[in-house]
Amino acid sequence: MDSDKIKKLKRKAKIIREGILECIGVNKKGHLGGSMSSADLVAALYFYKMRINPDNPNDPDRDRFIFSKGHSVLAQYAALAEMGFFPKSELKYTKELGSILQGHPEIRTPGVEANTGSLGQGLSIGVGMALAAKLDQKNYRIYVIVGDGELCEGQIWEAVTCANFYKLDNLVAIVDKNRFQASGSIKERYDIGNVKARFDVCGWKTWEIDGHNMNEIVDSLDQVELVKESPCAIIANTIKGKGVSFAENNFNFHNNSLTKEQYEQARKDIASIVV
Amino acid sequence: MDNNLREAYGRELLEIARQDERVVALDADLCGSTMTKYLQEEIPERFFEMGIAEANMVSVAAGLALSGKIPFVNSFSVFAAGQPYNQIRQGIALPNLNVRIVGSSCGLSDAGDGATHQSIEDIAIMRAIPNMTIVEPVDAEETRKIIRASLQHQGPMYIRINRSSLPLLTNKQTPFKIGKMNLVADGSDIVIFASGFMVHQALKAHDILEKDGLTIRVINVNTIKPLNKDEVLKYSKNVKAIVTAEEHSIIGGLGSAISEVLCESKIPMKKVGIKDQFGQSAGSHEELIEYYNLTPQAIVVKVKDLISKNAFIFE
Repeated sequence: MDSDKIKKLKRKAKIIREGILECIGVNKKGHLGGSMSSADLVAALYFYKMRINPDNPNDPDRDRFIFSKGHSVLAQYAALAEMGFFPKSELKYTKELGSILQGHPEIRTPGVEANTGSLGQGLSIGVGMALAAKLDQKNYRIYVIVGDGELCEGQIWEAVTCANFYKLDNLVAIVDKNRFQASGSIKERYDIGNVKARFDVCGWKTWEIDGHNMNEIVDSLDQVELVKESPCAIIANTIKGKGVSFAENNFNFHNNSLTKEQYEQARKDIASIVV
Repeated sequence: MDNNLREAYGRELLEIARQDERVVALDADLCGSTMTKYLQEEIPERFFEMGIAEANMVSVAAGLALSGKIPFVNSFSVFAAGQPYNQIRQGIALPNLNVRIVGSSCGLSDAGDGATHQSIEDIAIMRAIPNMTIVEPVDAEETRKIIRASLQHQGPMYIRINRSSLPLLTNKQTPFKIGKMNLVADGSDIVIFASGFMVHQALKAHDILEKDGLTIRVINVNTIKPLNKDEVLKYSKNVKAIVTAEEHSIIGGLGSAISEVLCESKIPMKKVGIKDQFGQSAGSHEELIEYYNLTPQAIVVKVKDLISKNAFIFE
């Protein structure tokens, strides 16, 4: 892919990070860490790969995106606002009473495809959409971002098995592997072992990439389209809180509030990202 | 087999699937018992074997519904409503999706398998979830009508199906509408609100009590949620006593739902149901019905208690 296009995607990722901050605001709680770690993945999906159109949001042929790690939805809200699904002015009302932007994804929000947030369910919902696509002989694709902490949920592996059994080559799982769960480092807290190997052994085609390297993200999203009769998993190694200096690799910002000073620092950090 | 509810369900599911391409079925390795096997045999591409993985099955159904399908999710009641509670709550009820959760072998009707396979709290669990509609057919004919009506219904449904064959109480002409009760027998002294299998028991109690000179109204509450409050009030008006009868725990089921409507009523009321305890294995459904006091005689005793001066002694 030419460097101009990559630059454009990096700019979109930067806009998403700004949007995440807008959602969190000052002295309000918000899931900063996991939203920031997935921002580049979300940018590539919405602004490069997925066929969706805010002017025709119910197009039956559109690609679908499910944020199974629903708490990171702030990245999705920022992307949807940037695409024009709703005004950017809505972002600052995230999680307020009556807002269209709930704490976790709900289909009442324009552009959101499924209700998630109770971890472990989104990949199964994606399996259902993928089965429907096959039944209707449609060629849309379903992209599901799951968290590495979320992979402890048994239902994820029910869905992994099911997708392989039904040969769902229209289903792509992207693991936002930021190596932290809410209470600390996965390695220290609850480690399920080699994630890629687990998908491999279940019959999935897998890639392991740097989840902040736009070239690698775009390449992997292109490559999964060549696979026939197997579901695909992209294991994206990411940094929790990526882009915000004091929040990187710091589980205290999994879901926390920002002081005025922290908020300003975070804005500065994101503004300084070179694209 | 005309009187078997599961059989009627399986055949009608196939029938509506023939007519409506949106209909799909998912089963967790029980298609021979839930009777989704008929759909599988004729339209295999719209039958999904989900393995013994109910949580995934329910969320997959959510994905299918979000893609315009009308999925029927099948297992025994205890596994269909109990195992994937949170998947039903978050993935289906919250977004108000057109998923039909079909709980087969409900109540004590899977007699031999014992407490693990019997469902006595499924209605309580499903009833507490906003947006959920709960129906329980009284016979094979009403089962067919419910399945047909479900095509037009917006939002999730929990359909509770008895394993036992039951006598036909309704026919093709009997009106059926989700959210509307059916008057099965009329009388003015006592009203019995019953659902499913217990409607049959209430009718037997009706026959016994009428011999004693009481006139008994029996109501088939086929839609447990949303409960038709106007009808509860209408059918309770001017009676001497109210009895509810359900093959379910007395906590959270039909009796609780009726009580919630009538909590300010001065008319004495009692519940027939399973008293906050688990079931167990037995040679037959009938044995369990006897053991857990879900007999016509149990209803008769409650009615007589209520109209005697002991009415207000708390059990």
